Amino acid sequence: MMRYALRRLGGVIPTLFIIITLSFFVIRLAPGGPFDEEQALPPEIKANLEAAYGLDKPLYEQYVRYLGGLVQGDFGPSFKFKDFSVTELIAQGLPISLLLGFSAVLLAMMVGIPLGTLAALRQNSPTDYSIMSLAVLGIALPSFVTGPLVALVFGLYLRWLPVAGWETGQLRYLVLPVITLALPVIAYIARLTRGSLLEVLRTNFVRTARAKGLPEYRVILRHALRPALLPVVSYLGPATAFVVTGSLVVETVFGLPGSGRYLVQGAINRDYTLVMGMIVVYGSLTLMCNLVADLLYGWLDPRVRYD
Amino acid sequence: MTEAVIVAGAPADQVSSRGFWADAWRRLKRNKASMVSATVIILIAIVAFGGPHLSPHAFDAIDWENMAVPPGGPNDHWLGTDRLGRDLYVRTLNGVQISLQIGLLATFVSLLIGVTFGATAGYVGGRIDNLMMRFVDILYSLPYIFIVIILSTMFERGNIYVLFLAIGAVGWLTMARIVRGQTLSLKRKEFIEAALASGVSTPAILARHIIPNVIGPVIIYATLTIPQMILFESFLSFLGLGVQEPQASLGSLINEGAQEMESAVWMLLVPASFLVTLLTCFNFLGDGLRDALDPRDR
Repeated sequence: MMRYALRRLGGVIPTLFIIITLSFFVIRLAPGGPFDEEQALPPEIKANLEAAYGLDKPLYEQYVRYLGGLVQGDFGPSFKFKDFSVTELIAQGLPISLLLGFSAVLLAMMVGIPLGTLAALRQNSPTDYSIMSLAVLGIALPSFVTGPLVALVFGLYLRWLPVAGWETGQLRYLVLPVITLALPVIAYIARLTRGSLLEVLRTNFVRTARAKGLPEYRVILRHALRPALLPVVSYLGPATAFVVTGSLVVETVFGLPGSGRYLVQGAINRDYTLVMGMIVVYGSLTLMCNLVADLLYGWLDPRVRYD
Repeated sequence: MTEAVIVAGAPADQVSSRGFWADAWRRLKRNKASMVSATVIILIAIVAFGGPHLSPHAFDAIDWENMAVPPGGPNDHWLGTDRLGRDLYVRTLNGVQISLQIGLLATFVSLLIGVTFGATAGYVGGRIDNLMMRFVDILYSLPYIFIVIILSTMFERGNIYVLFLAIGAVGWLTMARIVRGQTLSLKRKEFIEAALASGVSTPAILARHIIPNVIGPVIIYATLTIPQMILFESFLSFLGLGVQEPQASLGSLINEGAQEMESAVWMLLVPASFLVTLLTCFNFLGDGLRDALDPRDR
């Protein structure tokens, strides 16, 4: 197990390296630069700016310098947010994004698993059909539609929660964004739970548990649900990727000062280092979450063999 | 089309194959949600491409008399206008046009690449397969939207068709995996052996025997790719990286609507309901097709 974990961890680094290399060159080969503005800068000033940021050097030299910086945790200066380094920008926003993301995954499990269980226990009943239809809707609706709608209903009409914005320490600003982000994950987890629980309920050990006269709630909670939740565990990796993606939109919709919006702003402004920084940070985050989900799965399911 | 393909693929299976497709069609017809969805999609497509001609307004014409009027007012703006007095009916339908075209275009590209890549990797096998799938794994590990955003920086803003050719060109990863898996199991079938024995070349075996036989899962996945691509387009346009003004896309309309929702909620609801209907219908149709073509799942 330990050796397997280490080997998998070893696999993450080359993957990350290839991702960094590919995105570095793709982004640099793109036409237009960070200093192309509507009003063209005088060529001398542009040349000076480029020299100051090392953009006048040949591409491979920039690449080596960038990697050198990365190893020391230096993502370079931002081209557009003057006076800020990319490290500072991301360090400011990341805690909020992480809080948002992890709360959403937690909420999704707390709501999705019971919903899926309920649907499975009442298979082919109106309850089942309505939960599953809602789930299709939840998966189909993008967060840039649900976000404004949720803000409209709970923020504008009912006035329960703030429509948008952020004040440090005020968790109520997070409620609507977390719900928006969690909705599709809830739907997906409910579907997964229902599907696998239905299968488990047909197995012999569940019949045995019933036959020895256990009360139904114990059959479900202790015997059926545990193995049935394994697919949900393996979905947690992709779920994180999903939540990371969603946070880009949700932070824009609700005006949260997280780090997700930097990817979009960086892409619009052609702020090379900012986009690269986001890719490195979010890429490693996704890779690590996938790894943790895999290891957790192996730990929970003794049938998994490592070779 | 499928009939002919099946015949070319596996003469020995001819009878049972035809049965399979007829059976699938029968199952699909029984699935009410799928049939309703398919009808709605066709209707929306007809309205999207025919509808704008019925309105007296152009998509970028500014009506100074009727700015931000709600739907159903005493004017000929059937779904109201936006802040600049542009007709929301025409703009939304234009957005739907773009969505549908892009969904199909990008899906087609990803289909082409994914099927070729997956079939080659699965059929050739060995070290080449390992290398090819490793490449897929690496691209897979990055959230797809990141790749999309990187690509959107590469192209001139506004040239959305080129952008989506590119997005389709990286959207083939799941397709490649599915096709590879299918190919691996097909590879050992007798009719492939027979083709090999009679000296058919590798590309010909791929094109004539492997690809026609993986068509079921490919159709299912393609139907589920269309809404994904539609979603990416509106996502990018929502963020300001896709379709640019004065052109309208469902995503950019939703973005404008979200900013105006306090005073003019229809600006959000009109494009949002079109997008939601399209996405839901494609998802139901894909689900129905999966149940119809892969009865083991039920």
